[in-house]
Formats: sequence, structure tokens, C-alpha cells
Amino acid sequence: MTIPRRKFDTLVIGAGGAGLRAALELSQADARVAVVSKVFPTRSHTVAAQGGVNASLANVTDDNWHWHMFDTVKGSDYLGDQDAIEYMCREAPRVVYELEHIGVPFSRLENGKIYQRPFGGQSQNFGGDQATRTCAAADRTGHAIIHALYQQNIAARTHFFDEYFSVDLISDDDGYILGALVVDIATGEPLVIEAKTTLIATGGAAQIFRTSTNAHINTGDGMGMALRAGIPLQDMEFFQFHPTGIAGKGMLITEAARGEGGYLINGNGERFMPNYAPKAKDLASRDVVSRAIATEIREGRGCGPDKDHILLKVDHLGKDVVHKRLPGICDLTRSFLNIDPAEQPIPVFPTAHYTMGGIPTNRFGQVVVPVSSGPEEEVPGLYAAGECACVSIHGANRLGGNSLLDILVFGRSSANHIMEYLAENQHHRDLPESAVEKTMQRLQRWDKKGEGESVASLRNKLKLVMEEHCGVFRTESVLKEGLQKVVELEKRLPDVRLTDHSQQFNTARIEALELENLMDVAIATICAALGRKESRGAHSRIDYPERNDVNWLKHSLFYKKERQLDFKPVHTKPLSVETFPPKERVY
Amino acid sequence: MHFSIYRYNPDVDAKPYMQDFVLDDCPPDMMLLDALLLLKEQDETLGFRRSCGEGVCGSDSMSINGRNGLACVTSLASLGGKVTLRPLPGRPVIRDLIVDMEQFYKQYRAVEPWLQNNDPQPEVERLQTPEQREQLDGLYECILCGCCSTACPSFWWNPERFLGPAALLQASRFLADSRDQATEKRLQMLDDAYKLFRCHSIMNCVEVCPKGLNPTKAIGKIKQMMVKKSV
Repeated sequence: MTIPRRKFDTLVIGAGGAGLRAALELSQADARVAVVSKVFPTRSHTVAAQGGVNASLANVTDDNWHWHMFDTVKGSDYLGDQDAIEYMCREAPRVVYELEHIGVPFSRLENGKIYQRPFGGQSQNFGGDQATRTCAAADRTGHAIIHALYQQNIAARTHFFDEYFSVDLISDDDGYILGALVVDIATGEPLVIEAKTTLIATGGAAQIFRTSTNAHINTGDGMGMALRAGIPLQDMEFFQFHPTGIAGKGMLITEAARGEGGYLINGNGERFMPNYAPKAKDLASRDVVSRAIATEIREGRGCGPDKDHILLKVDHLGKDVVHKRLPGICDLTRSFLNIDPAEQPIPVFPTAHYTMGGIPTNRFGQVVVPVSSGPEEEVPGLYAAGECACVSIHGANRLGGNSLLDILVFGRSSANHIMEYLAENQHHRDLPESAVEKTMQRLQRWDKKGEGESVASLRNKLKLVMEEHCGVFRTESVLKEGLQKVVELEKRLPDVRLTDHSQQFNTARIEALELENLMDVAIATICAALGRKESRGAHSRIDYPERNDVNWLKHSLFYKKERQLDFKPVHTKPLSVETFPPKERVY
Repeated sequence: MHFSIYRYNPDVDAKPYMQDFVLDDCPPDMMLLDALLLLKEQDETLGFRRSCGEGVCGSDSMSINGRNGLACVTSLASLGGKVTLRPLPGRPVIRDLIVDMEQFYKQYRAVEPWLQNNDPQPEVERLQTPEQREQLDGLYECILCGCCSTACPSFWWNPERFLGPAALLQASRFLADSRDQATEKRLQMLDDAYKLFRCHSIMNCVEVCPKGLNPTKAIGKIKQMMVKKSV
């Protein structure tokens, strides 16, 4: 069977902020771009980002990129690469102004400039007073951004393949990435998209956990594709638990709630964050606040009849502020809790939120892999940007407001580098049919009929194991047991069978392909967590409570083959300024 | 809880039919999407779209007891003892609760829903007062779920020629933006017996919008702008 082919200069996999920002830059430069997305673009998870995007515009308080850089390095618990962080913080004002120019409806200050609010981990003057750095469109900033980016892509005539699922990357024997095999979800028809360059922008993978703030679609598809192509995943042990997911349900309550003046109280009605972060209090870094909440609950000071959550109070701010600055949160709490946060506090619990780790890249978005523990080399033709990538700017803990920034800066920088690559590589390389066949096997495997476990059953078990064994606090024994359980589940994967073999919009088959990705990402996460014997950022080991810069100031790399773990050094040297050396992290 | 769900898979079904499902022990705060996900575990052939699960992505729009809405923000408690689910009305069904939205998207694209401004770009942001920005509230929040347009009789009769409430809401979002310079062109494009003027203020759109937006009011504003222009 010959599979139809389409040819483009660039294939962008994923239509969230990173994919759309890159596609816009490329389409405007007259490159032929195909954007493949398993959902209609504005249904990508960027749409759910609430609080805002960081940039040192200094519209409210004094600010500059160097302070932003310091906060990001400190927030990363010194694991972030300082060259990439410098680059991102310097580019931040430019990408935010670009968004304003293309129509993003930012909230405004009285003087007409973009509204900015304080967010966690932000400071002036390298650890001094709270900064006000997060540019916001009410608490619907992600929605505002993704719609504007999509709209501009329509104007730029980007080719969209809506509701197409990417199965696997296609490569040749020289290691060049030549595009991907995708499948039209509506018809079940496979299609080969040949491209000189491929950008993976598939987002995060919090669906490996039972409860998460993430959309159902966040199944780590790009990370799975990378692992299967022999590319390692970097720093997967660092998974962010957002302090304020709605307790028991998971929906995100933005950090902006605390940025606007809200705070957390325990079962005794006591504001507890000052005990953990005397200066920044409720606006300490997310890892710090999540651990504080988990500790309060563990020590019996939780709220409610089961003392199993904490309360987020914003009712003292008044209806005006709450309804105007946090309208999205009001919608959520009305829908899911039947309360108005201007009148009642919100029950919250730390909830799986963000994948700090991902496909290793440099600051140009090029995917880089060490060659047999030697120096890093680029994978020719392959790029990654956004949550699926690990540049690394977030290191061991991402600051709120830096993820929208990440997708914009590195979506754009990937596009710029892709343009250079296209100028030097003007022709498609030969794509042999045999390379396609390999990827087709993954799709055809699900045509097998007969008795077997269901996708949902295995997926539910996986998510439960990850939640119970790889949460906020971790220990060797719990992780080991978790790994054993996940590996058992992986062994059962070949025996899973679909009962639905229809070609028509077969969502069961898509969920099966997603399960394979979830499984790969979960194993990477738990192996990396087991490997790192220290506590840093979001990775808290009760058995190794201290950060250990002598042995562990390094990135981890997980390979699918033999579940091998490797390491590489942190880029501690910035582009133009002095290194911020590791210090004790106090907020 | 009893569910009656529209089923149609052109691969195997000669024609659509309604299938009954039962879900035991539904907690009082359960959302309709959660119920659908559990039903899909019982029968994985059941087809519907979903993504964010919290009412911001617009994927899981469907007809719920005869009224368009999003499954993820509709509580079972609000639906009584039996729930009847059908695909959004007036659109071709691809499978089960999944409809072909292309015509809806086409009308969205037809209003050129992007900011148009030909001035040289300043180095910083363009200024906009909070009052000017407030003009966009109630317009920019649309999630393109299609609940409004597929509840509109005018859109049912003339989906090719009438733009529908969602697209017109977008048009008005850009007409209301102090930064947009294409007002003249936008009004001209809409000045047609069908595109805009097939809105007869039936207000089904307002009734069903899961984000509480008011397309009828936005359409009224466009009409006012046209009148002003022609005077």
C-alpha cells in the first residue's frame, strides 16, 4: 500500500502557542508550513493559561531583564541553563509587544499601557522587593494569545491539518528527520508529510497523573515520538505541582489570585505561608508553596471534614477586583463548586500541572543529543519548542508566567533558525518507502482483533500508580515500587485490544496511541525521579532532603532503550553577564 | 442516571439511532463530560470531542436535552433524571456526537478575524485606555464552540450566506477595537441582505452561549454602525 504524501518546507506538530508562533513567523517569511494538530488549533491547551506572561516592561514597578533572569535562575533552583535564560528574559519585552501589535486584548493600566500584575518568585534588584512583571489579559491570557496567533496564521495562509494525529517521526539512515506519518482522524487515512524541517510543539504530559490541571489532550505525544526515535528526554524528574488546583477535581486556579492579593489559610484559619517564606509569603515559588500546603495537610492542619485541602481566600479583595481581574476563575468556581470566590474561599490542593523536562534543545530550538556521552550534536532537521521541550529555562521549577513566555520566545527562535536551515538545505532529502513502513507498524498494531484488556483500564491504572508513587514528596522505596508497577503495566500493553476498528473518527484508536505515549513518558518520569538522589526544585526526596550541588548540579537524560539514564552539565555561563552561582534558596 | 445518546457510524449504521445507557452512583457534583468519559469506558465506540474539560476550549459542545451547551460545564444535577444527547443541530454528522464544523469555521474566516492596522509598528505597545479596552469585554472571550450558530434558525436555513452569530461576534470584536483600522472595509463586507441582516433577533444564541456572551447585542451594534455610516 502506497501512502499519499504531501511536501512542505516545515512541519509543525502541535498548534498551541509555540507551534502557532513558529508557524506565523515562517508563513510570513513565505516558507511553506504545515501545522498538524489533533484538535482544532484554538482547542490546544495554551487556551487554558490564565495568569499571564512575564516580561520586564516596567509598566508598574521598576524592572529589567537582568532581574527577571535572576529570578528565573533562582526559581529553577540553579538547574536552568543561564545562556538560554538570559536569551529568554532579554527577548521577553519584544515578544509581548509583538503580541500587542497582532491584537492580543491585554488588560490596560490607566495610562494605556499593558496591565502587569505581581506573580510568584518575582523580585526587583536581585531578590529585593516584589516585582510586578506578569502581563495579563484579565485571567484569560492564554485564550487571548492563542486566538490572536491563530487569527494571524489564517491571515498568513498557514496550511492547517486540523484533527490529524502524528504517529511517529520519519528519519533516514543518516539520522535526518524527514517529516512524520500522520493520520486524518475523521477518515482514518494515513498521510506522510515530508518536510525539510520538523518542529515538535506538542505540549506537556500531566495526563500521566490521575488528577491534573491539564486538558485531556496533554498526553506527551511529541515526547513519546522523540523517545521512540532514540532521542532522550531531559530532566523528567521535575514535574510541577501547582499549589492551587481545585481540591479533588484539578481545575487550575491561577497564581494571579494570590498576585492580586489572595492568600492561603489552613484548618485553624491561620495564614501559614509566612512560616515557610517570611518575605514572599504566598508569592513564593510554586514548589515552595506546594510543599507548604502538602506539609500543612500531612501535619493535620488541613481544612474540611477530612482535613484534606487548604483554602484560598480572595473574598477580602472585594467584588470589583475579583470579578474584573479574575473573571475566568469566577466562571470555574461557579461551574465546579457552585461558589462565588468574592464571597467564599476556594478549596485547593497541589495538582500536577507542568512538565519542566522534555526534548533537549538549545536556545535555537534545535534538538540536541550527546553522541555517546561526547559533546552535543544537533539532530538534523528536528526542532522542539514549548512545554514538550527542555531548553532548559525552567530547570527544576518553573516560575508562573514563564511558560507563555517560553512558547513565544522559543517558538519564534526556532522559526528563525529553521529559516537559516532552509536557506542552506533547499531540497528535500529522499524519503524511502522503507522508512514509512516502520512507522506504519505502530498504527497497524491497533488493527489486531480479539480479547484483551481495554485502553481505559490500563490508562487508569497507570495514572493511579503515578499519582501514588511520583507525587510532591518522594522516597526511594515508593518510587521503586512505582517503577515496578509501571513496568508491569507496560508489559501488558501489547495485549491491549480495541473493540472499535472503524475508520470514521475513531477516538478509541487515538486514545490507544496516546496511551503508548503516556506509558513512555511515565516511565521516563519515574526513572529520572528514582535516579536523582537529592532534593531540588519540584523534586523533593524525603530520603535526600538537601540540594547537592557537588554531585547533582547536572541535567538528567533518559533513553527509552534499556531505560538508560545519562547526565550532562548545566550551562552556568550566561551570554553576556556574570554567572549567578548556586545559593541557598530563601523566599 | 439514564442517558439516551444519538449514535451514528456511517461505517456500520444504515441510519442514526438513539442508544440507552445507564450510569450508577453518579456523585451529585458530577459533570456531564465525566459521565460521558465513564460511558466511553463501557463502550469505547461512543464518539465525542473533548479537550480542556473546564469550558475554555469549546470542544465538547452538543445538544443536551434539546439545548446546546458544553458537556464539561454542565452538571448532571441540572439535567433531571434522564439526559438526551444529540449532536449540534444543523451540521452534518461525522459520527455520533461529532459534527462537521467546517461551514462554521468558514464563516469565521470570512469576517477576516484578525487585527488590521497598517501603521508602522511602534517599539512598544500601542496605547489603549481601560475604557477603550472595556469595549472588547463580552466579545473577545468567544471559544468557537458553535453552540450559538447551530442554535440559530437563520443559520440553519442559510449557513452559506448568513454568517451566523459566532462570526458576527468576531466581526464586532474587531470593529470595537480602537487599534483596528479596517472599520470601513469590515462594514462594507457585511452590508448584504444575508451576511448580517438575516439576524432576526431570535436570541437563541444569547440563550445558549456557555460563556454568557451576547451576539445579538453585538450584531445590533454593527447595524447601528452601518446606519451611522450611511447617514
